[in-house]
Amino acid sequence: MSVLVYVEQADGKFKKSVFEAVSYAKAIADNQNTNLTAISIGNVSETELKELGKYGASKVLNVAADQLKNFVNQAYASVIAEAAKKEDANLVVLSNSFSGKGLAPRIAVKLKAGLVDGAVELPNFDGGFAVKKTAFSGKAFAITTLTSDNKVIALNPNAFGVKENSAEATIENFTPEIKSTDLTAIVKEIVRATNKISLPDAELVVSAGRGLKGPENWGMIEELADLLGAATACSKPVSDADWRPHSEHVGQTGIAISPNLYIAIGISGAIQHLAGVSSSKVIVVINKDPEAPFFKVADYGIVGDAFEIVPKIIAALKAHKG
Amino acid sequence: MKILVCISNVPDTTTKITFTNDNTQFNTAGVQFIVNPYDEIALSRAIELCEGGKGTVTVINVGESATEPTIRKALAIGADDAVRVNAAPRDAYFTAFQIAEYAKANDFNMILCGRESIDYNGSQVAAMIGEFLDIPSISIIKKLDFDGTTATVEREIEGGKEVVSVTGKFVASCAEGTAEAKIPNMRGIMSARTKPLTVVEAVAIEELGKVTKFETPAPRGAVKLVPAENAEELITLLHTEAKVI
Repeated sequence: MSVLVYVEQADGKFKKSVFEAVSYAKAIADNQNTNLTAISIGNVSETELKELGKYGASKVLNVAADQLKNFVNQAYASVIAEAAKKEDANLVVLSNSFSGKGLAPRIAVKLKAGLVDGAVELPNFDGGFAVKKTAFSGKAFAITTLTSDNKVIALNPNAFGVKENSAEATIENFTPEIKSTDLTAIVKEIVRATNKISLPDAELVVSAGRGLKGPENWGMIEELADLLGAATACSKPVSDADWRPHSEHVGQTGIAISPNLYIAIGISGAIQHLAGVSSSKVIVVINKDPEAPFFKVADYGIVGDAFEIVPKIIAALKAHKG
Repeated sequence: MKILVCISNVPDTTTKITFTNDNTQFNTAGVQFIVNPYDEIALSRAIELCEGGKGTVTVINVGESATEPTIRKALAIGADDAVRVNAAPRDAYFTAFQIAEYAKANDFNMILCGRESIDYNGSQVAAMIGEFLDIPSISIIKKLDFDGTTATVEREIEGGKEVVSVTGKFVASCAEGTAEAKIPNMRGIMSARTKPLTVVEAVAIEELGKVTKFETPAPRGAVKLVPAENAEELITLLHTEAKVI
Protein backbone atom coordinates (compact mmCIF):
# COMPACT_ATOMS: atom_id res chain seq x y z
CA MET A 1 0.00 0.00 0.00
CA SER A 2 1.20 3.52 -0.78
CA VAL A 3 -0.02 6.99 -1.69
CA LEU A 4 0.21 8.33 -5.25
CA VAL A 5 0.17 12.04 -6.08
CA TYR A 6 -0.32 13.35 -9.61
CA VAL A 7 1.92 16.33 -10.26
CA GLU A 8 0.52 18.49 -13.03
CA GLN A 9 3.07 20.41 -15.09
CA ALA A 10 2.63 23.49 -17.24
CA ASP A 11 5.41 24.18 -19.74
CA GLY A 12 7.64 21.72 -17.91
CA LYS A 13 7.29 23.42 -14.54
CA PHE A 14 5.39 22.64 -11.35
CA LYS A 15 3.34 25.30 -9.67
CA LYS A 16 2.93 25.96 -5.97
CA SER A 17 -0.43 24.15 -5.94
CA VAL A 18 1.39 20.99 -7.03
CA PHE A 19 3.92 21.23 -4.19
CA GLU A 20 0.93 21.75 -1.90
CA ALA A 21 -0.67 18.54 -3.16
CA VAL A 22 2.63 16.70 -2.63
CA SER A 23 2.95 18.12 0.92
CA TYR A 24 -0.65 17.10 1.66
CA ALA A 25 -0.17 13.59 0.26
CA LYS A 26 3.06 13.23 2.26
CA ALA A 27 1.24 14.09 5.50
CA ILE A 28 -1.28 11.33 4.78
CA ALA A 29 1.44 8.84 3.81
CA ASP A 30 3.26 9.56 7.09
CA ASN A 31 0.06 9.01 9.03
CA GLN A 32 -0.41 5.67 7.27
CA ASN A 33 3.29 4.71 7.63
CA THR A 34 3.72 4.39 3.92
CA ASN A 35 5.64 5.96 1.05
CA LEU A 36 4.64 8.69 -1.33
CA THR A 37 5.11 8.24 -5.06
CA ALA A 38 4.53 11.06 -7.53
CA ILE A 39 3.55 10.66 -11.17
CA SER A 40 4.44 13.29 -13.74
CA ILE A 41 3.17 13.25 -17.33
CA GLY A 42 4.75 15.33 -20.09
CA ASN A 43 8.14 16.80 -20.69
CA VAL A 44 9.74 17.78 -17.36
CA SER A 45 13.47 18.08 -16.67
CA GLU A 46 15.17 15.86 -14.10
CA THR A 47 16.05 18.91 -11.99
CA GLU A 48 12.40 19.90 -11.79
CA LEU A 49 11.31 16.32 -10.98
CA LYS A 50 13.92 16.18 -8.18
CA GLU A 51 12.21 19.22 -6.62
CA LEU A 52 9.31 16.94 -5.65
CA GLY A 53 11.59 15.24 -3.11
CA LYS A 54 11.74 18.46 -1.15
CA TYR A 55 8.05 18.11 -0.37
CA GLY A 56 8.12 14.44 0.47
CA ALA A 57 7.94 12.30 -2.69
CA SER A 58 10.41 9.42 -2.36
CA LYS A 59 9.83 8.18 -5.91
CA VAL A 60 8.76 9.94 -9.09
CA LEU A 61 7.27 8.04 -12.02
CA ASN A 62 8.11 9.99 -15.14
CA VAL A 63 5.87 9.47 -18.17
CA ALA A 64 7.51 11.28 -21.06
CA ALA A 65 5.59 9.66 -23.97
CA ASP A 66 5.32 12.03 -26.90
CA GLN A 67 1.58 11.37 -27.39
CA LEU A 68 1.02 12.70 -23.88
CA LYS A 69 2.94 15.93 -24.35
CA ASN A 70 -0.38 17.81 -24.18
CA PHE A 71 -3.17 17.15 -21.72
CA VAL A 72 -5.63 14.49 -22.89
CA ASN A 73 -8.12 13.91 -20.11
CA GLN A 74 -8.98 10.33 -20.99
CA ALA A 75 -5.41 9.11 -21.54
CA TYR A 76 -3.98 10.93 -18.52
CA ALA A 77 -6.65 9.37 -16.29
CA SER A 78 -5.79 5.90 -17.65
CA VAL A 79 -2.06 6.42 -17.03
CA ILE A 80 -2.59 7.67 -13.46
CA ALA A 81 -4.94 4.77 -12.67
CA GLU A 82 -2.36 2.34 -14.12
CA ALA A 83 0.32 3.88 -11.94
CA ALA A 84 -1.89 3.53 -8.87
CA LYS A 85 -2.30 -0.19 -9.60
CA LYS A 86 1.42 -0.67 -10.27
CA GLU A 87 2.34 1.10 -7.02
CA ASP A 88 -0.38 -0.66 -5.06
CA ALA A 89 -1.62 2.80 -4.09
CA ASN A 90 -5.10 2.98 -2.60
CA LEU A 91 -5.10 6.76 -2.36
CA VAL A 92 -4.57 9.13 -5.28
CA VAL A 93 -4.11 12.83 -4.48
CA LEU A 94 -4.15 15.62 -7.03
CA SER A 95 -4.66 19.36 -7.18
CA ASN A 96 -8.25 20.51 -7.78
CA SER A 97 -7.13 22.55 -10.79
CA PHE A 98 -9.06 22.84 -14.07
CA SER A 99 -7.34 19.69 -15.35
CA GLY A 100 -7.60 18.01 -11.95
CA LYS A 101 -11.37 18.50 -12.01
CA GLY A 102 -11.48 16.57 -15.27
CA LEU A 103 -9.13 13.82 -14.15
CA ALA A 104 -10.22 13.00 -10.60
CA PRO A 105 -13.73 11.72 -11.50
CA ARG A 106 -12.39 9.47 -14.27
CA ILE A 107 -9.66 8.04 -12.03
CA ALA A 108 -12.26 7.48 -9.29
CA VAL A 109 -14.52 5.49 -11.65
CA LYS A 110 -11.59 3.44 -12.97
CA LEU A 111 -10.47 2.51 -9.45
CA LYS A 112 -13.99 2.29 -7.99
CA ALA A 113 -12.76 4.89 -5.56
CA GLY A 114 -14.73 7.32 -3.45
CA LEU A 115 -13.84 10.88 -4.45
CA VAL A 116 -13.62 14.06 -2.44
CA ASP A 117 -12.95 17.11 -4.59
CA GLY A 118 -12.37 20.57 -3.21
CA ALA A 119 -10.78 19.13 -0.05
CA VAL A 120 -9.59 21.80 2.38
CA GLU A 121 -8.11 19.78 5.26
CA LEU A 122 -6.28 16.54 5.98
CA PRO A 123 -8.57 13.54 6.42
CA ASN A 124 -9.77 12.69 9.90
CA PHE A 125 -8.87 9.04 10.51
CA ASP A 126 -10.86 8.61 13.72
CA GLY A 127 -13.21 5.74 13.01
CA GLY A 128 -13.08 6.16 9.25
CA PHE A 129 -11.75 8.41 6.55
CA ALA A 130 -13.55 11.76 6.64
CA VAL A 131 -12.50 14.70 4.50
CA LYS A 132 -13.75 18.27 4.75
CA LYS A 133 -14.61 19.96 1.46
CA THR A 134 -16.22 23.19 0.38
CA ALA A 135 -19.93 23.02 -0.45
CA PHE A 136 -22.72 25.41 -1.38
CA SER A 137 -20.15 27.61 -3.12
CA GLY A 138 -18.29 28.50 0.07
CA LYS A 139 -21.44 29.00 2.15
CA ALA A 140 -20.72 25.71 3.98
CA PHE A 141 -18.41 22.72 4.30
CA ALA A 142 -19.39 19.08 3.84
CA ILE A 143 -17.56 16.32 5.69
CA THR A 144 -17.47 13.35 3.34
CA THR A 145 -16.71 9.92 4.74
CA LEU A 146 -15.23 7.55 2.17
CA THR A 147 -15.95 3.87 2.70
CA SER A 148 -14.38 2.39 -0.43
CA ASP A 149 -10.95 0.65 -0.36
CA ASN A 150 -9.57 3.04 -2.97
CA LYS A 151 -9.86 6.78 -2.57
CA VAL A 152 -9.21 9.93 -4.57
CA ILE A 153 -8.76 13.42 -3.12
CA ALA A 154 -8.56 16.63 -5.18
CA LEU A 155 -7.09 19.33 -2.95
CA ASN A 156 -8.15 22.98 -3.28
CA PRO A 157 -5.27 25.36 -4.04
CA ASN A 158 -4.15 27.50 -1.08
CA ALA A 159 -5.95 25.28 1.43
CA PHE A 160 -3.07 23.31 2.94
CA GLY A 161 0.10 25.24 2.21
CA VAL A 162 3.51 23.96 1.20
CA LYS A 163 5.44 21.92 3.78
CA GLU A 164 9.05 21.03 3.15
CA ASN A 165 10.28 17.51 3.82
CA SER A 166 13.76 16.25 3.21
CA ALA A 167 13.12 13.12 1.16
CA GLU A 168 15.38 12.38 -1.78
CA ALA A 169 13.33 11.49 -4.84
CA THR A 170 14.41 8.67 -7.14
CA ILE A 171 13.20 9.03 -10.70
CA GLU A 172 11.85 6.07 -12.62
CA ASN A 173 10.67 6.11 -16.20
CA PHE A 174 7.18 4.71 -16.58
CA THR A 175 5.95 3.62 -20.00
CA PRO A 176 2.36 2.47 -19.71
CA GLU A 177 0.49 1.15 -22.71
CA ILE A 178 -1.59 3.95 -24.22
CA LYS A 179 -4.83 3.01 -25.99
CA SER A 180 -5.50 4.91 -29.19
CA THR A 181 -9.16 5.26 -28.16
CA ASP A 182 -7.95 7.32 -25.20
CA LEU A 183 -6.40 9.88 -27.54
CA THR A 184 -9.36 11.03 -29.64
CA ALA A 185 -9.64 14.52 -28.14
CA ILE A 186 -6.83 16.58 -29.64
CA VAL A 187 -5.33 19.78 -28.30
CA LYS A 188 -5.15 22.28 -31.16
CA GLU A 189 -3.87 25.33 -29.38
CA ILE A 190 -2.83 26.51 -25.93
CA VAL A 191 -3.09 30.19 -25.11
CA ARG A 192 -1.59 31.15 -21.80
CA ALA A 193 -0.73 34.62 -20.59
CA THR A 194 2.71 34.04 -19.11
CA ASN A 195 3.06 37.42 -17.45
CA LYS A 196 -0.12 37.14 -15.39
CA ILE A 197 -0.81 35.29 -12.17
CA SER A 198 -3.69 32.89 -12.63
CA LEU A 199 -6.65 33.62 -10.39
CA PRO A 200 -7.29 30.17 -8.84
CA ASP A 201 -3.63 29.89 -7.78
CA ALA A 202 -3.17 33.48 -6.64
CA GLU A 203 -2.24 34.19 -3.02
CA LEU A 204 -3.28 37.82 -3.37
CA VAL A 205 -6.27 39.06 -5.37
CA VAL A 206 -7.44 42.58 -6.22
CA SER A 207 -11.06 42.61 -7.33
CA ALA A 208 -13.35 45.37 -8.50
CA GLY A 209 -17.03 45.85 -9.23
CA ARG A 210 -19.56 48.20 -10.70
CA GLY A 211 -18.32 50.97 -8.42
CA LEU A 212 -15.50 51.43 -10.93
CA LYS A 213 -18.09 52.85 -13.39
CA GLY A 214 -16.50 51.51 -16.58
CA PRO A 215 -13.80 49.25 -18.05
CA GLU A 216 -11.62 52.27 -18.81
CA ASN A 217 -11.03 52.72 -15.07
CA TRP A 218 -9.31 49.37 -14.51
CA GLY A 219 -5.84 50.88 -14.93
CA MET A 220 -5.48 51.59 -11.23
CA ILE A 221 -6.76 48.11 -10.33
CA GLU A 222 -4.14 46.53 -12.56
CA GLU A 223 -1.45 48.82 -11.20
CA LEU A 224 -2.33 47.88 -7.63
CA ALA A 225 -2.38 44.19 -8.54
CA ASP A 226 1.00 44.43 -10.29
CA LEU A 227 2.57 46.16 -7.32
CA LEU A 228 1.27 43.48 -4.97
CA GLY A 229 2.01 40.58 -7.31
CA ALA A 230 -1.72 39.86 -7.20
CA ALA A 231 -4.21 38.48 -9.70
CA THR A 232 -7.17 40.61 -10.81
CA ALA A 233 -10.79 39.55 -10.39
CA CYS A 234 -14.23 41.09 -10.75
CA SER A 235 -17.88 40.77 -9.76
CA LYS A 236 -20.64 39.23 -11.89
CA PRO A 237 -22.21 42.47 -13.22
CA VAL A 238 -18.77 43.50 -14.47
CA SER A 239 -18.16 40.29 -16.43
CA ASP A 240 -21.79 40.24 -17.62
CA ALA A 241 -21.28 43.75 -19.04
CA ASP A 242 -18.07 42.50 -20.72
CA TRP A 243 -15.97 45.07 -18.89
CA ARG A 244 -13.76 42.16 -17.86
CA PRO A 245 -13.44 38.54 -19.11
CA HIS A 246 -15.63 35.79 -17.57
CA SER A 247 -12.49 34.06 -16.33
CA GLU A 248 -12.10 36.88 -13.79
CA HIS A 249 -15.59 36.51 -12.34
CA VAL A 250 -15.47 35.26 -8.76
CA GLY A 251 -18.62 34.31 -6.90
CA GLN A 252 -21.20 31.57 -6.76
CA THR A 253 -21.64 31.22 -10.51
CA GLY A 254 -18.06 32.21 -11.32
CA ILE A 255 -15.12 30.66 -9.57
CA ALA A 256 -14.53 30.23 -5.86
CA ILE A 257 -11.17 31.33 -4.54
CA SER A 258 -9.40 31.27 -1.18
CA PRO A 259 -6.40 33.61 -1.38
CA ASN A 260 -4.47 34.94 1.62
CA LEU A 261 -5.68 38.45 0.78
CA TYR A 262 -8.77 39.56 -1.14
CA ILE A 263 -9.21 43.28 -1.77
CA ALA A 264 -12.72 44.16 -2.98
CA ILE A 265 -13.08 47.61 -4.51
CA GLY A 266 -16.50 48.99 -5.40
CA ILE A 267 -18.23 45.64 -4.80
CA SER A 268 -21.26 45.75 -2.52
CA GLY A 269 -21.08 42.08 -1.51
CA ALA A 270 -24.18 40.28 -2.74
CA ILE A 271 -24.62 36.86 -1.12
CA GLN A 272 -23.61 35.16 -4.39
CA HIS A 273 -20.35 37.10 -4.52
CA LEU A 274 -19.54 36.47 -0.85
CA ALA A 275 -20.05 32.75 -1.40
CA GLY A 276 -17.12 32.65 -3.81
CA VAL A 277 -14.65 34.61 -1.70
CA SER A 278 -15.60 34.02 1.93
CA SER A 279 -12.83 31.50 2.50
CA SER A 280 -10.20 34.16 1.76
CA LYS A 281 -7.95 34.49 4.77
CA VAL A 282 -7.99 38.32 4.95
CA ILE A 283 -10.66 40.45 3.27
CA VAL A 284 -10.31 44.19 2.63
CA VAL A 285 -13.33 46.14 1.44
CA ILE A 286 -13.22 49.59 -0.10
CA ASN A 287 -16.68 51.00 -0.76
CA LYS A 288 -18.28 54.43 -0.58
CA ASP A 289 -21.48 52.98 0.90
CA PRO A 290 -20.97 52.34 4.64
CA GLU A 291 -24.03 50.05 4.54
CA ALA A 292 -22.54 47.75 1.89
CA PRO A 293 -23.07 44.15 3.13
CA PHE A 294 -19.45 43.33 2.27
CA PHE A 295 -18.23 45.23 5.37
CA LYS A 296 -19.94 42.63 7.56
CA VAL A 297 -17.51 39.92 6.44
CA ALA A 298 -14.43 42.13 5.98
CA ASP A 299 -11.38 42.21 8.21
CA TYR A 300 -10.38 45.71 7.12
CA GLY A 301 -12.56 48.35 5.54
CA ILE A 302 -12.30 51.83 4.13
CA VAL A 303 -15.46 53.82 3.53
CA GLY A 304 -14.74 56.17 0.67
CA ASP A 305 -14.54 56.81 -3.05
CA ALA A 306 -12.39 54.22 -4.82
CA PHE A 307 -11.05 56.90 -7.18
CA GLU A 308 -9.53 58.72 -4.20
CA ILE A 309 -8.61 55.75 -2.00
CA VAL A 310 -6.93 53.45 -4.53
CA PRO A 311 -4.33 56.01 -5.72
CA LYS A 312 -3.45 56.70 -2.08
CA ILE A 313 -2.94 53.00 -1.44
CA ILE A 314 -0.84 52.67 -4.59
CA ALA A 315 1.37 55.54 -3.42
CA ALA A 316 1.68 54.00 0.05
CA LEU A 317 2.57 50.65 -1.44
CA LYS A 318 5.28 52.20 -3.62
CA ALA A 319 6.70 53.91 -0.54
CA HIS A 320 6.48 50.65 1.43
CA LYS A 321 8.40 48.78 -1.24
CA GLY A 322 10.96 51.57 -1.36
CA MET B 1 -28.24 15.39 -34.05
CA LYS B 2 -29.29 14.45 -30.52
CA ILE B 3 -27.98 16.24 -27.45
CA LEU B 4 -28.49 15.12 -23.88
CA VAL B 5 -28.27 17.86 -21.24
CA CYS B 6 -27.94 16.92 -17.57
CA ILE B 7 -29.73 19.21 -15.17
CA SER B 8 -29.48 19.43 -11.44
CA ASN B 9 -32.14 20.78 -9.07
CA VAL B 10 -30.34 23.19 -6.71
CA PRO B 11 -31.20 25.84 -4.11
CA ASP B 12 -31.62 29.33 -5.54
CA THR B 13 -28.38 31.37 -5.42
CA THR B 14 -29.79 33.76 -2.80
CA THR B 15 -30.50 30.91 -0.35
CA LYS B 16 -29.15 31.22 3.16
CA ILE B 17 -27.70 27.77 3.79
CA THR B 18 -28.67 26.06 7.06
CA PHE B 19 -28.73 22.44 8.25
CA THR B 20 -30.95 20.25 10.41
CA ASN B 21 -30.68 16.95 12.30
CA ASP B 22 -27.48 17.83 14.09
CA ASN B 23 -25.98 19.33 10.93
CA THR B 24 -26.36 16.16 8.91
CA GLN B 25 -29.03 17.37 6.47
CA PHE B 26 -29.49 20.44 4.31
CA ASN B 27 -32.51 22.39 5.55
CA THR B 28 -34.87 22.67 2.57
CA ALA B 29 -37.57 24.54 4.49
CA GLY B 30 -38.57 27.67 2.59
CA VAL B 31 -35.90 27.06 -0.05
CA GLN B 32 -36.71 27.80 -3.67
CA PHE B 33 -35.16 25.33 -6.12
CA ILE B 34 -33.91 26.23 -9.58
CA VAL B 35 -32.17 24.70 -12.58
CA ASN B 36 -28.46 24.79 -11.70
CA PRO B 37 -27.24 28.02 -13.38
CA TYR B 38 -24.35 26.30 -15.20
CA ASP B 39 -26.72 23.62 -16.50
CA GLU B 40 -28.84 26.44 -17.94
CA ILE B 41 -25.80 27.59 -19.88
CA ALA B 42 -25.26 24.03 -21.20
CA LEU B 43 -28.95 23.78 -22.10
CA SER B 44 -28.93 27.15 -23.85
CA ARG B 45 -25.93 26.16 -26.00
CA ALA B 46 -27.56 22.82 -26.84
CA ILE B 47 -30.72 24.64 -27.98
CA GLU B 48 -28.64 27.03 -30.12
CA LEU B 49 -26.82 24.11 -31.78
CA CYS B 50 -30.15 22.45 -32.62
CA GLU B 51 -31.88 25.59 -33.91
CA GLY B 52 -33.44 25.42 -37.37
CA GLY B 53 -34.29 21.75 -37.12
CA LYS B 54 -30.68 20.59 -36.81
CA GLY B 55 -31.46 18.35 -33.88
CA THR B 56 -33.27 17.68 -30.63
CA VAL B 57 -32.41 18.37 -27.02
CA THR B 58 -33.32 15.97 -24.22
CA VAL B 59 -32.84 17.00 -20.61
CA ILE B 60 -32.19 14.41 -17.94
CA ASN B 61 -32.46 14.82 -14.19
CA VAL B 62 -31.84 12.33 -11.42
CA GLY B 63 -34.32 13.24 -8.74
CA GLU B 64 -37.55 12.46 -6.99
CA SER B 65 -40.90 13.79 -8.24
CA ALA B 66 -40.36 17.10 -6.38
CA THR B 67 -37.83 18.11 -9.06
CA GLU B 68 -40.45 18.13 -11.84
CA PRO B 69 -41.05 21.92 -11.69
CA THR B 70 -37.32 22.38 -12.36
CA ILE B 71 -37.52 19.94 -15.28
CA ARG B 72 -40.56 21.81 -16.69
CA LYS B 73 -38.52 25.02 -16.46
CA ALA B 74 -35.84 23.39 -18.63
CA LEU B 75 -38.56 22.38 -21.12
CA ALA B 76 -39.86 25.97 -21.06
CA ILE B 77 -36.39 27.23 -21.91
CA GLY B 78 -36.55 25.08 -25.03
CA ALA B 79 -35.64 21.41 -24.48
CA ASP B 80 -37.74 19.05 -26.62
CA ASP B 81 -38.32 16.33 -24.07
CA ALA B 82 -37.21 15.26 -20.62
CA VAL B 83 -36.29 12.20 -18.63
CA ARG B 84 -36.36 11.88 -14.87
CA VAL B 85 -34.50 9.03 -13.21
CA ASN B 86 -36.68 8.40 -10.20
CA ALA B 87 -34.22 8.42 -7.28
CA ALA B 88 -32.67 10.84 -4.82
CA PRO B 89 -29.31 11.85 -6.33
CA ARG B 90 -27.13 10.22 -3.67
CA ASP B 91 -23.86 11.59 -5.02
CA ALA B 92 -22.08 12.34 -8.30
CA TYR B 93 -21.06 8.70 -8.79
CA PHE B 94 -24.65 7.52 -8.50
CA THR B 95 -25.99 10.35 -10.67
CA ALA B 96 -23.37 9.91 -13.40
CA PHE B 97 -24.00 6.16 -13.49
CA GLN B 98 -27.75 6.66 -13.99
CA ILE B 99 -27.19 9.14 -16.81
CA ALA B 100 -24.60 6.88 -18.45
CA GLU B 101 -27.03 3.94 -18.28
CA TYR B 102 -29.71 6.01 -19.99
CA ALA B 103 -27.26 7.30 -22.61
CA LYS B 104 -26.12 3.74 -23.40
CA ALA B 105 -29.64 2.76 -24.33
CA ASN B 106 -30.32 5.97 -26.28
CA ASP B 107 -27.97 7.29 -28.90
CA PHE B 108 -26.69 10.85 -28.32
CA ASN B 109 -24.06 12.80 -30.27
CA MET B 110 -23.02 14.75 -27.22
CA ILE B 111 -23.81 15.04 -23.54
CA LEU B 112 -23.57 18.45 -21.90
CA CYS B 113 -23.50 19.34 -18.22
CA GLY B 114 -22.83 22.49 -16.22
CA ARG B 115 -19.29 22.94 -14.91
CA GLU B 116 -20.46 22.11 -11.39
CA SER B 117 -23.62 22.17 -9.34
CA ILE B 118 -23.83 25.11 -6.99
CA ASP B 119 -24.78 22.88 -4.03
CA TYR B 120 -22.02 20.27 -3.74
CA ASN B 121 -19.69 22.01 -6.23
CA GLY B 122 -18.57 18.66 -7.51
CA SER B 123 -17.58 19.10 -11.17
CA GLN B 124 -17.66 15.31 -11.17
CA VAL B 125 -20.67 14.17 -13.14
CA ALA B 126 -19.50 15.03 -16.68
CA ALA B 127 -16.13 13.29 -16.44
CA MET B 128 -17.67 10.29 -14.66
CA ILE B 129 -20.23 9.88 -17.45
CA GLY B 130 -17.33 10.01 -19.92
CA GLU B 131 -15.57 7.25 -18.03
CA PHE B 132 -18.66 5.06 -17.67
CA LEU B 133 -19.25 5.38 -21.42
CA ASP B 134 -15.53 5.25 -22.31
CA ILE B 135 -15.78 8.42 -24.41
CA PRO B 136 -13.79 11.69 -24.17
CA SER B 137 -14.81 14.27 -21.59
CA ILE B 138 -13.77 17.90 -21.56
CA SER B 139 -14.29 19.69 -18.29
CA ILE B 140 -15.03 23.38 -17.84
CA ILE B 141 -15.43 24.68 -21.36
CA LYS B 142 -16.26 28.24 -22.31
CA LYS B 143 -16.91 27.82 -26.04
CA LEU B 144 -18.45 25.00 -28.08
CA ASP B 145 -18.82 24.79 -31.84
CA PHE B 146 -20.00 21.75 -33.79
CA ASP B 147 -19.81 21.30 -37.58
CA GLY B 148 -21.88 18.12 -37.72
CA THR B 149 -18.96 15.75 -37.17
CA THR B 150 -16.27 17.54 -35.18
CA ALA B 151 -16.68 19.67 -32.09
CA THR B 152 -14.22 22.42 -31.29
CA VAL B 153 -14.23 23.53 -27.68
CA GLU B 154 -12.28 25.97 -25.60
CA ARG B 155 -11.37 24.68 -22.19
CA GLU B 156 -10.44 26.85 -19.24
CA ILE B 157 -6.87 26.41 -17.96
CA GLU B 158 -5.03 28.40 -15.30
CA GLY B 159 -4.23 31.75 -16.86
CA GLY B 160 -5.59 30.99 -20.31
CA LYS B 161 -7.40 28.53 -22.54
CA GLU B 162 -6.85 25.36 -24.50
CA VAL B 163 -8.58 24.64 -27.80
CA VAL B 164 -9.56 20.98 -28.12
CA SER B 165 -11.10 19.22 -31.09
CA VAL B 166 -13.07 16.02 -30.74
CA THR B 167 -14.74 13.80 -33.32
CA GLY B 168 -17.38 11.34 -32.23
CA LYS B 169 -19.36 11.19 -29.05
CA PHE B 170 -18.18 13.22 -26.09
CA VAL B 171 -19.21 14.79 -22.80
CA ALA B 172 -18.46 18.39 -21.84
CA SER B 173 -19.16 20.53 -18.79
CA CYS B 174 -20.04 24.12 -19.62
CA ALA B 175 -19.05 27.33 -17.84
CA GLU B 176 -19.91 30.96 -18.46
CA GLY B 177 -19.11 32.08 -21.96
CA THR B 178 -20.42 28.90 -23.64
CA ALA B 179 -23.81 30.61 -24.10
CA GLU B 180 -26.01 33.29 -22.64
CA ALA B 181 -28.58 31.62 -20.40
CA LYS B 182 -31.95 31.74 -22.18
CA ILE B 183 -35.04 32.99 -20.39
CA PRO B 184 -38.27 31.11 -21.10
CA ASN B 185 -40.93 33.06 -23.01
CA MET B 186 -44.70 32.66 -22.62
CA ARG B 187 -44.95 30.24 -25.54
CA GLY B 188 -42.18 28.14 -24.01
CA ILE B 189 -43.90 28.07 -20.64
CA MET B 190 -47.22 27.02 -22.21
CA SER B 191 -45.72 24.30 -24.40
CA ALA B 192 -43.58 22.95 -21.54
CA ARG B 193 -46.71 21.61 -19.89
CA THR B 194 -47.36 19.18 -22.69
CA LYS B 195 -43.83 18.20 -23.72
CA PRO B 196 -42.98 14.55 -22.96
CA LEU B 197 -41.46 13.84 -19.54
CA THR B 198 -40.54 10.18 -19.16
CA VAL B 199 -39.82 8.67 -15.76
CA VAL B 200 -37.38 5.76 -15.58
CA GLU B 201 -36.27 3.78 -12.55
CA ALA B 202 -32.73 3.93 -11.20
CA VAL B 203 -30.17 1.14 -11.58
CA ALA B 204 -28.42 -0.07 -8.42
CA ILE B 205 -24.77 0.80 -7.87
CA GLU B 206 -22.48 0.49 -4.84
CA GLU B 207 -21.94 3.39 -2.44
CA LEU B 208 -18.34 4.60 -2.10
CA GLY B 209 -18.86 7.33 0.45
CA LYS B 210 -21.30 9.90 1.73
CA VAL B 211 -21.61 13.26 3.41
CA THR B 212 -21.76 12.62 7.14
CA LYS B 213 -21.78 16.17 8.48
CA PHE B 214 -22.05 19.80 7.42
CA GLU B 215 -20.34 22.83 8.89
CA THR B 216 -20.86 26.52 8.34
CA PRO B 217 -17.84 28.82 8.17
CA ALA B 218 -16.76 30.42 11.43
CA PRO B 219 -18.00 34.01 11.65
CA ARG B 220 -15.36 36.67 11.16
CA GLY B 221 -14.50 39.25 13.81
CA ALA B 222 -15.69 42.84 13.46
CA VAL B 223 -14.30 44.88 10.59
CA LYS B 224 -11.45 47.25 11.41
CA LEU B 225 -12.21 50.51 9.67
CA VAL B 226 -9.39 52.66 8.36
CA PRO B 227 -10.43 56.32 7.93
CA ALA B 228 -10.46 57.38 4.27
CA GLU B 229 -8.10 60.28 4.93
CA ASN B 230 -5.51 57.80 6.30
CA ALA B 231 -6.01 55.19 3.58
CA GLU B 232 -2.22 54.66 3.42
CA GLU B 233 -2.42 53.05 6.84
CA LEU B 234 -4.03 50.00 5.24
CA ILE B 235 -0.68 48.97 3.75
CA THR B 236 0.99 49.12 7.19
CA LEU B 237 -1.81 47.04 8.72
CA LEU B 238 -1.63 44.42 5.98
CA HIS B 239 2.13 44.23 6.43
CA THR B 240 2.58 44.31 10.20
CA GLU B 241 -0.74 43.06 11.57
CA ALA B 242 -2.32 40.76 9.00
CA LYS B 243 1.13 39.83 7.62
CA VAL B 244 -0.22 39.09 4.15
CA ILE B 245 2.00 41.45 2.16
